[in-house]
Formats: sequence, structure tokens, C-alpha cells
Amino acid sequence: MSASVKDKVIEIIAEQAVLEVSDVRMDQSLEDLGIDSLGLVESIFAIEEAFDIEVPFNANEPQNSQFDISSVAAIVAAVESLVQEQTA
Amino acid sequence: MKRVVITGAGTINALGASVPQTMEAMREGRCGIGPLEIRDVDRLSIKIAGQVRGYDPEAHWNRQQISLYDRFTQFTLIAAKEAIAQAGLSFIGDLAARSGVVLGTAGGGVTTWDENYRAVYETGKNRVHPFVVPKLMNNAAASHLSMEFNLKGPSFTVATACASSNHAMGQAFQIIRSGMSEVMVTGGSESMLCFGGVKAWEGLRVMSKDACRPFSANRNGMVQGEGAGVFVFEEYEHARARGADILAEVVGFSMTSDAADIVMPSKQGAARAISGALADAGVNADEVGYINAHGTGTAANDKTECAAVADAFGAHADKLMISSTKSMHGHLIGGTGAVELLACIMALRDGVIAPTIGYEEPDPECALDVVPNTAREAKVDVVLSNAFAFGGMNAVLALRAV
Repeated sequence: MSASVKDKVIEIIAEQAVLEVSDVRMDQSLEDLGIDSLGLVESIFAIEEAFDIEVPFNANEPQNSQFDISSVAAIVAAVESLVQEQTA
Repeated sequence: MKRVVITGAGTINALGASVPQTMEAMREGRCGIGPLEIRDVDRLSIKIAGQVRGYDPEAHWNRQQISLYDRFTQFTLIAAKEAIAQAGLSFIGDLAARSGVVLGTAGGGVTTWDENYRAVYETGKNRVHPFVVPKLMNNAAASHLSMEFNLKGPSFTVATACASSNHAMGQAFQIIRSGMSEVMVTGGSESMLCFGGVKAWEGLRVMSKDACRPFSANRNGMVQGEGAGVFVFEEYEHARARGADILAEVVGFSMTSDAADIVMPSKQGAARAISGALADAGVNADEVGYINAHGTGTAANDKTECAAVADAFGAHADKLMISSTKSMHGHLIGGTGAVELLACIMALRDGVIAPTIGYEEPDPECALDVVPNTAREAKVDVVLSNAFAFGGMNAVLALRAV
């Protein structure tokens, strides 16, 4: 389960960044990957669609959105916990 | 160049069904934003709006009219009736032939699109009402207004998202200034508080779930509103000759395009529009006492707008007042500049500056006098109204007391 969440999230981020999946590292931030605020909102939409979850994210206060977007690893972890919560 | 003055104003919005009601609410700092009451609201994550409440179309229109008037057209006609009655003009003969209507709207008949998509997609109907197209088209409101009041001159609709009304009023201003017409009816209208209209905005993730708090450090997004604002713009000598009551003079207008990003605002684009309006008006920056801000309550707009004002005004930025009335009536999208022009008229005419309500925490990136929470008495001679649209299209109007 966990591996597939990670793979799918990386695939979504890679597509948004127009990179190969192999070029995305877990410690990179979206900024490092060249993803801007529009790209972020699109990535979150793609994640919601892929996992059938609601991501609590408000572009006005990303730091208060209870959805850590500081790195690829943080996003994967956040999606994993949302998938667990929302499909439990 | 001809001088242009405002001789009539009308509105319906979340704060009231007339100009006096709306100005009273602005003076009192009343909030018109509340629980959204529309079909399928339970499937929305955004459940608040500045909705026009207690409105009964059947109290205003017969069945035939309602089958032709989308809600944005209805609001326009109600506002126009008030404005034209105040101006005291009858459009006949030459005046009718030369007078027109320029209105702003971003979405036009969104409710009509929504209802009829529902009918064909959700309900599976294969037939829609014959008037769907004339009801939803963006120029429907301008057209019905022209028919209702016999306005036969230059008439059209402007769509520049959140700057639509300011662009429209800027066009009306230039038409009179250039001598093409003596009277123009202008402003804007929007009504997209329906399931599809709100759902589309939700997607962008810039909406607040609880309140519109422009310039406040804890702001968390915009809140949609609805309604219309309509004005009679008139050539100064024409208005004087007939002894009309002049509400304010429109002295300048500027529009710029960021040519940068489809949603993120640009400080340079906004500052150029502000400086352009001052130059067009021939006023010095230090004459400006009040700015009605675009002030959407989003993180991006408010800090960019404050930086643009600081750039355009230099040291005077700390002396002027700037407030966002969207905190009270919500963001009327294409109609917003028109309703907000009422706050400018109130400042010039009554010496009352409408507040930015919901202001809770200072934001160092918005360190201007935003007239927090309570209206203020102040004499101002020149005011600006800012509008900065998605797509980077900016339109700023300058008004002077007469």
C-alpha cells in the first residue's frame, strides 16, 4: 500500500514538473522541482482524484493547511495518512 | 476634452437593495456575508457568500420577463432603475440616439447555464427553454437595459473577470470625455452563486470558509458576492445646464496588462495602473485621500496591492486611507468595481470612509491605513478605485469631489 502511494504521488509530481519519475528525489521541495502555485494546486487536485481523498489545502495559508508540502517525502507521508484516515 | 460627472447611482447587493441602504451598511461596517442558501450547498466545501437575501423576482417581474432575465440581468435592471430615476433623465430624441450602456460582467448568465446543464446532463432532458441563449449571453443585461430605457447609442459589455466593471466604467468615461455621447449608463453585475459557479471557485483553493478579512494577517481567502451597481455618467455642462445633482466627477482612468501570469497579480502592473490613473486625471499623488482597494482577502492580492500602492505613492502611501468593502459585500467578480464605486462616492460626498471589517491582526506586508473595522469621518477630495483581474488586467478609476 505504502509503496504504491509513494509511487503514485511521485508520478503525479513528476508529470507536473515535466520530469522523469527517476529525477524526483524525496528530499526535494516543489520549488526545487520548478512547480509554482498553480502547479501545486493542480498536483493536489490530481492527488485527490487518484486516491479519492479530500486534501485540506488553502492556497492562502499553505502553512496552516495541515497538509505538509515542504518536500516530496512530506507530501507522500501526508497523503499516506489521509488515505488511511479517509478510507478507514 | 469634456468633463464627466456622475448624476445617478443604483445598486442591489448583499448590503441592501438600494444606494441609501448600502451606504448605511458601509457606514455601520455591517457584514452582508452569511450562510449560502442554494441548491446542493451540502456538496460544496465553501458554504458562505454575500448573497442578495429576501429577493423575490416575482415582486419585480412578470413571467415573460423572468423567462428572459437571468438573475444578473434582473439585478442590473433594478440598479439601473434607481440610478436613472436619481439622474432624472428621460431618453428621447437626440439624447436617446446618442446615449448608450457599457456594463461589466465576468460570467453573464451563469445561473442559466447551470440550470440548463442540470436539465440536460443530470435530469437527462433533451429539450431546453427557447430563450436559454438570449438569457445567458454576457450582453443580455446591457441589451435589456438599453431596451427598458431607450438607450440607442454605443452599447456593449466588457468582460475582464474581476476588473470588468472598472473597465466598463472607464469606457463610458472615455466615450463622454471624447464627445461621442453626453450620457452613458454604466457599471456592472454578477450572479454566480449557484452550484456550478461556486464549485468552480472552490477548485482554485483561494476561497475562505469563514470570512473575508482583507489585509489582516490571518486572512484566508475571498468570499463570493452577487449583485449590481449602475451609474449615470454625464457630460459636466449637460448636467449643469439641467441643474442635475452631481455626485462626483470622474477625472481619470488607466488600464494596464501584466502580461505575466494567469492568476498571480503583479506589483508592477498594478502600480502602473494606479500611476496611470493619476496622470490621466492630472492630479498629484498627495491629493489622493482614499483608495477603494481591490482587497480580495487572498494572501497574494492584498500584499501585492499594498506594495503597488507603496510604489506608486511613495511616502504619501502612509498618509492615505485604503479600505476593502469586499469584507462586507463579498467579491462581486465582474460587478465588484461598480458596487465599490459607491464607497468612493460616499467618501467624496459624505466624508465617510467605509471600513475594512473583519480586520484582526496587522500584517507587516499590508502596513497601510486600512481603516480597520470602523468607518471614519474624513474630508477627501480625490479617491481611486482599484480593480486587478485574473489574467493580469488592471483598471483604476480616479474620482474628485465636485
